[in-house]
Amino acid sequence: MLWTNIFAGFGGQGVLLIGQLLAYAGMYEGKNVSWLPSYGPEMRGGTANCSVVVSDEPVASPCISMANCVIAMNRPSLDKFEANVLPGGKLFINSSIIDKKATRTDIDVYYVPCNEIADALGNPKVGNMAMLGAYLEATKAVEVQSVLDALLYKLGEKKAHLIPLNREAIEKGAESIRK
Amino acid sequence: MAKKLMKGCEAIAEAAIQAGCRYFFGYPITPQNDIPEYMAARMPKVGGCFLQAESEVAAINMVYGAAGAGARVMTSSSSPGVSLKQEGISYIAGAELPCVICNMMRGGPGLGSIQPSQGDYFQATKGGGHGDYHMIVLAPSSVQEAVDLMHNAFDLADQYRTPVMLLADGIIGQMMEPVEFHEFEQKQLPNKDWAATGWKGDRPRNIINSLYIEVDELQEMNDRLQARYDEITEKEVMVEKYNTEGAEIIVCAYGTVARICKSAIALCAEKGVKVGLVRPITIWPFPAKELREVMAQDSVKKEITVEISAGQMHEDVCLAIAGKKPCTFYGKPGSYTPTTEEIAEFIMKVREA
Repeated sequence: MLWTNIFAGFGGQGVLLIGQLLAYAGMYEGKNVSWLPSYGPEMRGGTANCSVVVSDEPVASPCISMANCVIAMNRPSLDKFEANVLPGGKLFINSSIIDKKATRTDIDVYYVPCNEIADALGNPKVGNMAMLGAYLEATKAVEVQSVLDALLYKLGEKKAHLIPLNREAIEKGAESIRK
Repeated sequence: MAKKLMKGCEAIAEAAIQAGCRYFFGYPITPQNDIPEYMAARMPKVGGCFLQAESEVAAINMVYGAAGAGARVMTSSSSPGVSLKQEGISYIAGAELPCVICNMMRGGPGLGSIQPSQGDYFQATKGGGHGDYHMIVLAPSSVQEAVDLMHNAFDLADQYRTPVMLLADGIIGQMMEPVEFHEFEQKQLPNKDWAATGWKGDRPRNIINSLYIEVDELQEMNDRLQARYDEITEKEVMVEKYNTEGAEIIVCAYGTVARICKSAIALCAEKGVKVGLVRPITIWPFPAKELREVMAQDSVKKEITVEISAGQMHEDVCLAIAGKKPCTFYGKPGSYTPTTEEIAEFIMKVREA
């Protein structure tokens, strides 16, 4: 099993965080993982992105150019990374703010209304978790529980009360792509 | 011990502390700022000293002082900052002092970029500062390896009384990977009876110095250094050989680039082409003998070096192979990290050529 992923969006959307949660979750499940952020000037303004690898084998390249999965949280990310999905791979589009459809026909495309899901849950910050939920539903790369364990580690006990909200966002995101 | 997901820079800093480093002197520069940041928080808790110097030049001279007093000390910086430290590093080598210097390479020359690079290979392995000296240069390709090498770095420095450099590209510093901190075996190391720790009349005075006015005396020091470098070259080479047995093409790369090459090698394997990798872990001393052995196989037709530089390590590769088989270079100077697909394509092209 090898999942190579590019998570992309704009600063503040939490794309680096959901990438990290996936890496933590993979590690908790005894898999090999790597998380590589883009740390260039583009972090301030344009797109923020990270490459995440989850693998049964030791991770060879942590730098992902062609990915099994691309997660695009905003329009510039879709424009930039649609071409980077491997044939037969998966593309996740935040349909709340991306009005464009994917042009590729050789990949699976999932439209996730992240912002609507988050707004319905009363907290615009969990849009990224809805996207992660859709990703997990489509790939089964790691267990949802491992992600929640990772989130608890990141939040700390003081913010543990936010876990149910995040779990709900993950569930709604997963639901949104079920037929 | 359970694995922890850590950023390379932070893991390196923690590993240094666990290796007994108690003094850190540095000056900020991207992409290694997480090292001093971590040190600033952690050093006081272990009774150590973190100090942000007024410049890189000051920082390396503080390292010189602490090393002269026998402390386990390190500094870290990134390319332009490491250039500033060169005078001090030459003095430390000349005074035969142990210390660890970490360079998270970014693009150059000049201020360059903040993106990863491997453009400081010449500087790190050929001297960098003035005079006939070398540092032992360790080049990790994962966060775990950086952690493991950090312990080696301090031991090697103490054993050979030499500066040791951990040379990594910015990716190693910024990436998060799972790491485990092992218990390290305590090596039997020479006493630091040369250290200037305060004279109380019970021994001859220890003087830390790199100035030898008399030609003969300077010669003696240089002979001592060269003898030490010979010993290091004989005993301390580290190299990873991956998939090399019976390979048709050998790729030579270090650091993160070597891992991208591994992915490229997998792509070539899908096309039925067997490609191996020789990855120097010590880039000084360079694993020339090991590379020659791999290249001597009948199956091996060609060599390709891949770097984020204009081909700096490639010169050492060519020296080692000495024209016996064709050697080609792939890479760009500056900060362009080649992709898996580009490398695989290049390998296939060279094979057909």
